[in-house]
Amino acid sequence: MKKIDLVIIGGGPAGMSAAISAYNNGVKDILILERAEELGGILQQCIHNGFGLHKFKEELTGPEYAWRYEQQIKQRNIPYMLNTMVTKITKDKKITAVNSTEGIFEIQAKAIILAMGCRERSKGALNIPGFRPAGIFSAGTAQKYVNIKGYLPGKEIVILGSGDIGLIMARRMTLEGAKVKAVCEIMPYSGGLARNIQQCLNDFNIPLKLSHTVVEIHGKERLTGVTIAKVDENRKPIMETKEYIPCDTLLLSVGLIPENDLSRETGIELDPSTQGAIVDQNRQTSIDGIFACGNVLHVHDLVDYVSDEAEIAGKAAANYLNQKAENNIHISIKTDGKIRYTVPQRFTGTQKTTLYFRTADVYENAVIHVRDGEKIIYSQKKRKLLPAEMETITLSEEIIKNVSSNSLLVELEVVKNA
Amino acid sequence: MYDVAIIGAGVVGCMIARELSKYQLSVCVLEKEADVATGATRANSGIVHAGFDAKEGTLKAKLNVQGSKMMPKVCEDLGVNYINNGSLVIGFNEKDLKEIVTLYNRGKINGVEKLEILNQEQLRNLEPNISKKAIGALYAPTGAIVCPYELAISAMGNAMDNGVQLKLNFHVEKMERKNDTYYIFSNTETVSAKYVINAAGVYSDYVANLVGDNSFYIKPRKGEYMLLDKTCGNIVSHTIFRTPTEKGKGILVSPTVDGNIILGPTSVDAEDKSDNSTSYEGFQKIMKEVGENVENIPLNKVITSFCGLRATGSTGDFIINMKNKFVNVAGIESPGLSAAPAIAQYVVELLKNDSLKPEEKADFNPKRKSMHFFKKLSVEEKNKLIRKNPSYGKIVCRCEMVTEGEIIDAIHTNPKATTVDGVKIRTRSGMGRCQGGFCSPSVVEILARELNTSVLNITKSGGNSNILVCRTKGGELN
Repeated sequence: MKKIDLVIIGGGPAGMSAAISAYNNGVKDILILERAEELGGILQQCIHNGFGLHKFKEELTGPEYAWRYEQQIKQRNIPYMLNTMVTKITKDKKITAVNSTEGIFEIQAKAIILAMGCRERSKGALNIPGFRPAGIFSAGTAQKYVNIKGYLPGKEIVILGSGDIGLIMARRMTLEGAKVKAVCEIMPYSGGLARNIQQCLNDFNIPLKLSHTVVEIHGKERLTGVTIAKVDENRKPIMETKEYIPCDTLLLSVGLIPENDLSRETGIELDPSTQGAIVDQNRQTSIDGIFACGNVLHVHDLVDYVSDEAEIAGKAAANYLNQKAENNIHISIKTDGKIRYTVPQRFTGTQKTTLYFRTADVYENAVIHVRDGEKIIYSQKKRKLLPAEMETITLSEEIIKNVSSNSLLVELEVVKNA
Repeated sequence: MYDVAIIGAGVVGCMIARELSKYQLSVCVLEKEADVATGATRANSGIVHAGFDAKEGTLKAKLNVQGSKMMPKVCEDLGVNYINNGSLVIGFNEKDLKEIVTLYNRGKINGVEKLEILNQEQLRNLEPNISKKAIGALYAPTGAIVCPYELAISAMGNAMDNGVQLKLNFHVEKMERKNDTYYIFSNTETVSAKYVINAAGVYSDYVANLVGDNSFYIKPRKGEYMLLDKTCGNIVSHTIFRTPTEKGKGILVSPTVDGNIILGPTSVDAEDKSDNSTSYEGFQKIMKEVGENVENIPLNKVITSFCGLRATGSTGDFIINMKNKFVNVAGIESPGLSAAPAIAQYVVELLKNDSLKPEEKADFNPKRKSMHFFKKLSVEEKNKLIRKNPSYGKIVCRCEMVTEGEIIDAIHTNPKATTVDGVKIRTRSGMGRCQGGFCSPSVVEILARELNTSVLNITKSGGNSNILVCRTKGGELN
């Protein structure tokens, strides 16, 4: 059995960034296992711009952003295997994988970084009544057909869900000559970034129908249309508002789910809110020496933050391998429900740490408090908080050192609910 | 000219084809869709009923019990997954318990073995997640589960390997009988045969009408289902029925042979014979009733939902008869899947007792390689195969871990898959939690390559169900 210090599962932006960070921190025996035929992950099909604004202070396309990391991997001669699918990870870090040249093989790792990314929520999970014709695609699948394969999946489009990929695809399909008739969002606010609403819908006069959903699918062979309806505050369709829209294609952009099937089987503790692993400030999971970063940990809106997070995980894996890891405290971080989750979910060390979080609703003029028992140890005002946009607060080493209980509560004080 | 033409390639038509392929007969199967097993066989509970439901003395009762007993051997020969998980009919009140005793006695008369009546404690020991309000149950250890379309595909594949011909996309529009020969017309082709077997499911009354037989009609009845993710697979291990009422057997909760949990079916009369649409009311009914029977069902783990149409006959029983060498096999609603092996035998006996006196084939091969043979190999065997054929090392469907090699097999093994759904029901690619999000573009490409056509011609399920409409930017075709 092959023995390798650090195995990284996934060669997308998280995996590549983690590998480079681990290498820069002294780990030389690294292997990236990537299931696709090239590095870069989902970035390769994201040919629009807007990547890298934070990381490189310039606007790159997805493949350009991926290319920059791929170059760094190659400069460092970090080995990677393509077309290789990991099928099993054990608690003691034995990895089973399969590809066409090696067959099924095992690797014993000393440390593992999980960077498998996420997948799209499917139509099946939505319980939309009606038929099951051709012409229903998740937005990312349609993006692959258009941008990678060079084929158009349809010409008259309705999009359900206003996640970023759906918004990007509304513009993309329009540029390819398709007619996007509507984007329906069941929530009263968009699931995507404000800049995407502007640049992908408003600029092309594509209507965004908030508090609307698809209530019936028509067409026995290829989709012929959808019935949409307004929903009430409990997200139940108001049938009197039904409206039929003829279309040949329904794209779904109804959420992303971290792909943790492997992690679950390994026995890694998962957070039901993020659907990713529960991690500490080093992005170490409940199993020592197994780290997670990127969209497999929690879904990010910007790849730049994925790279940041992967750098933390890569460095931490290096420290773990060099036995420099310090696990001297145990503080768990809870949230109040208005804040859906934080990543990390616990502290095992006192270094300065940024907490990433999302809110459950839209809030304006809110204050984020961090509470240590009765005592508020940190507060920060936020002018506007949207569920679609990941937020951060940063706690200094000083603050973390002085925590007296073993559990912090991150809460949101509503000054005015939007 | 064929000795026998079978109209309809559902599980019944496929099993009859296989049974006939044991004899020196020329047989063809005519199917209007682009694949076998597209009707009620596709959208089905997949239960091999023990046989206590059907009223004693009926064909349903007789063929159910026989079929259920034949099923393990049939599945073994065809390499079809068969799990003898046992079934439970749970009761909530005294009236239910009385009905359970009736079922028990009926099962005894029908010849069902090992039936037992359980008290609440015995029931909960067997199924800890069952509703605390359930006070007793009928336990049928001989109840089992199969994958209905796997059975149909495998039966047809085996029949074809033994000489049967399958004509897909053959929509029977007209039939004539001249000089003891039936002429069966589609809009493009004519097939002639001495005998015709009408196994056309919900359309069997239409087919019977074509030869002037108006002795029965078929009322399609919808059965909607919801399927849960494999992570929920251990909620129950038995098939859980509620005590039947005048309204029918109600909604069941059952594991599937593939490790999912199936919930359903509803029972609603359909307006038209092709209306297999699901409904909001159907989903509500399923979710409400399964929650009453079994606790803690994670309804947020639904990965897909679908609807089948039962071929409910006007006589209440299976309609199997022969007149002028035209055999009706109609009204095959539940327990049709369970009865299918026995129905096939019964129909072939009808033919044998007529003027057809076929010789058995000396070289009939009852065996078929399992559609899922690769999954069952040891690591060493898999690696040997991957070295010989590297496409078995390339995972295409991540959720169900289906390799490119298995997909290529599905496209080249009888009955050959030509559509995305065809690949899906043979290999399970696209049947997992992402429902084809990742793998469908690859499956479309593999189909186009293996069938030597453009991806633009690849359909989901035949007809006009194309996946893609054109090149981007109106670019050149390839």
